[in-house]
Amino acid sequence: MLSLYVPGHSVVHRAPAGVKLGLLAALGVGLFLTERPAVVGGALVVALAVGLGAARLPWRALAAQVRPVWLWLAVLFVFHLLVTDLRTGTVAVLRLLALLVAAAVVTATTRVTALVAVVEWLASPLRVFGVRPARIGLVIAMTLRFIPLVAERAARIREAQAARGADRLRWGMAVPLLVQVLRMAATVGEALDARGADDAPARRPRRRPAVAS
Amino acid sequence: MRWRRRPEADAETPAVALGSGIELRDVGHDYGDRTVLADVSLTLTERRVGVIGANGSGKSTFARLLNGLVVPTSGTVLVDGLDTRTQARAVRRRVGFVFQDPDAQIVHPTVAEDLAFGPHNQGVPAEEIERRVEEMLDRYGLAGHRDHPAHLLSGGQKQLLAIAGVLAMRPQRIVFDEPTTLLDLANTRRVARVIEELEQDVVVVTHHLDLLAGFDRVLVVEDGRVAADGAPGETVPWYVARMD
Amino acid sequence: MKSRDLAYVALFAAIVAVLGLIPPVPVPGLPVPITAQTLGVMLAGSVLGAKRGGLALLVFLALVAMGAPLLSGGRGGLSVFAGPTAGYLYSWPIAAFVIGLLTQLFWRRFNLAWALVANMIGGILVIYAIGIPFTSLFGDVPLWASFTGSLTFIPGDLVKAVVASLVAVAVRRAYPVIELPTRRATAS
Repeated sequence: MLSLYVPGHSVVHRAPAGVKLGLLAALGVGLFLTERPAVVGGALVVALAVGLGAARLPWRALAAQVRPVWLWLAVLFVFHLLVTDLRTGTVAVLRLLALLVAAAVVTATTRVTALVAVVEWLASPLRVFGVRPARIGLVIAMTLRFIPLVAERAARIREAQAARGADRLRWGMAVPLLVQVLRMAATVGEALDARGADDAPARRPRRRPAVAS
Repeated sequence: MRWRRRPEADAETPAVALGSGIELRDVGHDYGDRTVLADVSLTLTERRVGVIGANGSGKSTFARLLNGLVVPTSGTVLVDGLDTRTQARAVRRRVGFVFQDPDAQIVHPTVAEDLAFGPHNQGVPAEEIERRVEEMLDRYGLAGHRDHPAHLLSGGQKQLLAIAGVLAMRPQRIVFDEPTTLLDLANTRRVARVIEELEQDVVVVTHHLDLLAGFDRVLVVEDGRVAADGAPGETVPWYVARMD
Repeated sequence: MKSRDLAYVALFAAIVAVLGLIPPVPVPGLPVPITAQTLGVMLAGSVLGAKRGGLALLVFLALVAMGAPLLSGGRGGLSVFAGPTAGYLYSWPIAAFVIGLLTQLFWRRFNLAWALVANMIGGILVIYAIGIPFTSLFGDVPLWASFTGSLTFIPGDLVKAVVASLVAVAVRRAYPVIELPTRRATAS
């Protein structure tokens, strides 16, 4: 599915998602409060130990998430060598690496449903402003449903235009596509009502439903 | 009176509920300055009601009036005595709605999650939701697709999932808005059979006239008015004759 | 929010994701290939308006944070929010919100020119105003270096602003989604 989750049963996998995200956030703030290479380097070693050791993640799972910024880190390092000094450059690169690895570990060991639950929990203070946290889960589910649907309708419109002689991708197809999917979304809105999506506040569930939406 | 009342339905029905069935009193509806329905007064108590008419005749709006998705701009729609204007939520619990395009009705990425959506909204306990999901998966041959992404289903399977998603909410009646328009012949027949076997009372808006063979009553909607109303043996030939 | 608004928000989150699947398009004369994803940011704001457009991008980022590899190039997970260019990501919901706000402001006389103003302020200015300082902060590099580095993307962003504006004006004519409150009621 659409996820970077790596299934497992380690302590790291079983740790509550909220705790993992909290630690990650703390690390993100903490690392910027120090300039000492030993501390920053130590954080990287710990992050790697947790990911590869405790969570038994394959090396590739972590590398895949760090690879996209590899080049950028190299450029950053060279820049610091030229403009500032070796020490500052090393700290800057190690700091980002430690954060990237730690974030990759949390992503790879936490299920999407658990993360949705944390997002809903984080959003619960917004109740004061009339936000219903359960709806966040619903919108996320709908987005996952819409992604293949939008891709499919885009392909169909492209075929229709190709049949009429437009042989390459043109931005003009964006307009009929958008109008079509906006219409569909309006009907989805009706379907949500018909299926009771606005029913929740009328009566509280008798028991907390186990089905995560 | 041909509506079969369920015990749990009685428990929810307010004491003031007098009529049973769906009653439209002087109903009219317009979008801005465009009138789509005018002066519709009738009571639907039959088990099988069909609605036919040309594109743009007002059929779709008519269907949406029956479960409160659309509130009439004039007149009143009562479902078992419940006013769709003031008690829309209670009405929608009684009247399920199946849309023409199942893609617009399936809101969750996987089959089982989508089946659970309606009952979950109604506050049905988790074990009962699970039981209903299993029942629906079984009944409509979707058991092998439980955790599959909904977009990988065929068009016919998607429409069955949409219908099952409504049935999982245990409505007393179901309104179908052109349920077979996007389907091929085999799937049209399959959906027709599914509708035929439903124990619920149904209203079907359709262009497929052979869907209405065993129906009790068929309405013809024309330019926002009910132009004919009666047994399918009378109204369907009348409608067909007008096309020639 | 009505149920329909929830569906619109999910729809545009999905559209931004689908735009990430389009491989970068090399354009003759431009130094770097164009990626389509920020086009989605501009469209979300100029089709849905401020609130729904901003929310659509928040939902999209939430999905990315949860590990869905939806950023162009198949990137995703929490690590993208810690990277040196993460500031550009954080700017997206704000950019969509600003574009939406300007679009609503210009809605009665909305045309290509006003659409361009909205998309260039929200879709280029806002994004760089957040992304550039973020990069310099996280990478410990001076602002000028971070600014110079991002200049190569400006031509592509201008192209996208034009495309988004053309599309937004056409969609407004065919299927307007933004509704202005009648008689100066409280803006939602």
